[in-house]
Amino acid sequence: MSTSTAAATRPATGGRRPGGLAWLAVPALVFFVGFAVIPLIGVLALSFTSWDGIGGEILFAGFSSWQAVLSDPGLPHALWVTFLVMALSWAVQTPASILLGVFLAGAQRYRAVLAVVYFIPLLLSSAAIAIAYKALLDPNFGLGAGLGIDLLVQDWLGVPELAFGVVIFVVSWQFIPFHSLIYQAGVRQIPRSMYEAAELDGAGRVRRFFSITLPQLKYTIITSSTLMVVGSLTFFDLIFVLTAGGPGDATRVLALDMYKRGWQANLMGPASAIAVILVLVGLTLALVLRRIGGRDAAHSQQEGV
Amino acid sequence: MEPRTPSRRTFLSLALGVPVGAALASCGTAGPAPSGGGASGGAKAAGATYWYLSTQPQEGIRTGSVERFNKANPNTPITGTTFQNDAYKTKIKTALGAGQAPTVIWGWGGGTLRSYVQAGQVDDLTPWFDQNPAVKDRLFPSSFGAATIDGKIYAMPAEAVQPIVLFYNKKVFDQIGAAPPQSWDDIMALVPKFNKAGIAPFSLGGQSRWTNMMWLEFLFDRVGGPEVFQAVFDAQKDAWSNPDSIKALTMVQDLIKADGFIKGFSSITADSNADQALLYTGKAAMMLHGTWTYGSMSLDGGDFVSGGHLGYMNFPPVTGGKGDPSNTVGNPGQYLSIYSKATPEQKETAKKFFATAVLSDEEVKQWIDTGSVPIVKGTESALAAAKDPEWLQFQYGIASNAKAFGQSWDQALSPTAAETLLDNIAQLFQLSITPEQFASNMNAVIGK
Repeated sequence: MSTSTAAATRPATGGRRPGGLAWLAVPALVFFVGFAVIPLIGVLALSFTSWDGIGGEILFAGFSSWQAVLSDPGLPHALWVTFLVMALSWAVQTPASILLGVFLAGAQRYRAVLAVVYFIPLLLSSAAIAIAYKALLDPNFGLGAGLGIDLLVQDWLGVPELAFGVVIFVVSWQFIPFHSLIYQAGVRQIPRSMYEAAELDGAGRVRRFFSITLPQLKYTIITSSTLMVVGSLTFFDLIFVLTAGGPGDATRVLALDMYKRGWQANLMGPASAIAVILVLVGLTLALVLRRIGGRDAAHSQQEGV
Repeated sequence: MEPRTPSRRTFLSLALGVPVGAALASCGTAGPAPSGGGASGGAKAAGATYWYLSTQPQEGIRTGSVERFNKANPNTPITGTTFQNDAYKTKIKTALGAGQAPTVIWGWGGGTLRSYVQAGQVDDLTPWFDQNPAVKDRLFPSSFGAATIDGKIYAMPAEAVQPIVLFYNKKVFDQIGAAPPQSWDDIMALVPKFNKAGIAPFSLGGQSRWTNMMWLEFLFDRVGGPEVFQAVFDAQKDAWSNPDSIKALTMVQDLIKADGFIKGFSSITADSNADQALLYTGKAAMMLHGTWTYGSMSLDGGDFVSGGHLGYMNFPPVTGGKGDPSNTVGNPGQYLSIYSKATPEQKETAKKFFATAVLSDEEVKQWIDTGSVPIVKGTESALAAAKDPEWLQFQYGIASNAKAFGQSWDQALSPTAAETLLDNIAQLFQLSITPEQFASNMNAVIGK
């Protein structure tokens, strides 16, 4: 689990054969077209119609759905909440995941055991996590009331700031294990020789972390951030069960806004318009992140190793 | 079942798939459990299906009727499936849109039923009722109001009348030496007394939103009479800006500002019955809720109900208000519709179920035993002979004496207006909008 694997998995350059193996992409492409492109076209079409979702006629309505959505003060609010969830959950998850990942990358047996334990939250369904936290945070019958700890007896899901904090905390609790795993793999690929050289030069633990580990993790950070940022756009189940967008509309993210319009208010047109906005925001973010990370992709990080 | 993180890479599919998939999955895991014995397997072709709400003791009565029907009609069984209240509201819409709805659709009538009718999803039952006058004539005439859309009956009224009443815990009233409120002023005077004793004046499952709505329904009625909401229902312009409406909205915010509701009420959902638990554990003194909670409080509350600690009354009057103190709000009944895309055999089964099993003598007896007043005429003697005659006659009195029986707003309005209403109510109770903002937000969706 050290130098030999790291050397073996070094990215191969050159020797690429164009064509020939393109058919390997066919299964993925079929799925992508069937489950992503076709529904997307359907949603785009629906956003120009008015439909109640329960079987009435689907009528062409021009831009009226778009007009309704874009002029609704709820949209900037939902976008802002979505952005906050994205930014804060990134800011909480990334440092924690990097530190945990670096820690877990060590070869010690107890760390391997801890790695398995840390991984558990990821195995649970979001709905189950949300229900469990909701019960624990109940101000009258929850953990705080049960153990008599007054600090824990707060109106966790009833005060906008607290509810928002709870959402960020639960999201982080659930996904930090996954990102730690990515970072763990990233750290294990850093050649041992770099650390040995730095050690000979007299670099301490902290210096080695900031001068070798972090720069070497650059692409891992970009990958993990892309997953976090784009993934946070689609947080729905957890927030829906935990707060249902409340209190008021304090945690009503874009995905929840879309659901509420579509399935609770029977307005499939405007809901589809929001879905299209979600897709566009997601694509833009993914592209921007790729740009940031992709520009010098041809550069080797391991020059001279 | 839930999409997990690794698949986030295929973002496109997730952006579209996750919300829908997760919503359906969460509905799917939340409640449904097939019940109604002996109706699995080959039931699909000939048998009818029926979806209804879980939560005991009502669930057991519904299931019991299905089982009795299946025993009597082994060749045309009905398969029942149960759902939690809020999950069901979404599930049934999705199923209707997808053409997968059950033969018998359980509901609350009113605006939701109207949206089904407009979409052509439920059958007109008027001719059937004309052919079977015996079925129609034994039910409360008032129960047909919410089943009638544009002069035609689209649903069979069923089950029990469910007014909203003010419950209170006699033990905690004795503890602080107070009497139940006789007016709104009494309520406002009780609030600081209970808070001082460390007891929340009112329990409220505020996250469910329709729980908050019940307060507005009563305050609107007591302050301005049933005409105020009727104007909204009739789609009169700016009906929410009525001075009486603003006054009622201000009163509820005054109650919130005075800490009238339990701390953290907006984190509590009614589906978990936590609001009822607050009342019977003595953490809260009073609760405005539907009469259906009586059954679950008897089941879960230990000796709270059987020991006579539960008090109940109609919502007290507001001094100077225009509404009649006998008025009530709530559900005049529950409603069973027939899905228009069901097969003729399934529809036949459903009609037979309506005629022979719904509110059969056994079922009527069960409703009475669990403390409900079924919507069947001539049960006075049965009510008097039941386990808790005082409670039953109280409900019967409210239902039969009310000058006006208002239907729950979220059921009376169209789903679009109802969702805006519930959203604004949540914000009103958060004090994040003023009564005037509430009125102008709601005026914008009048008639939609």
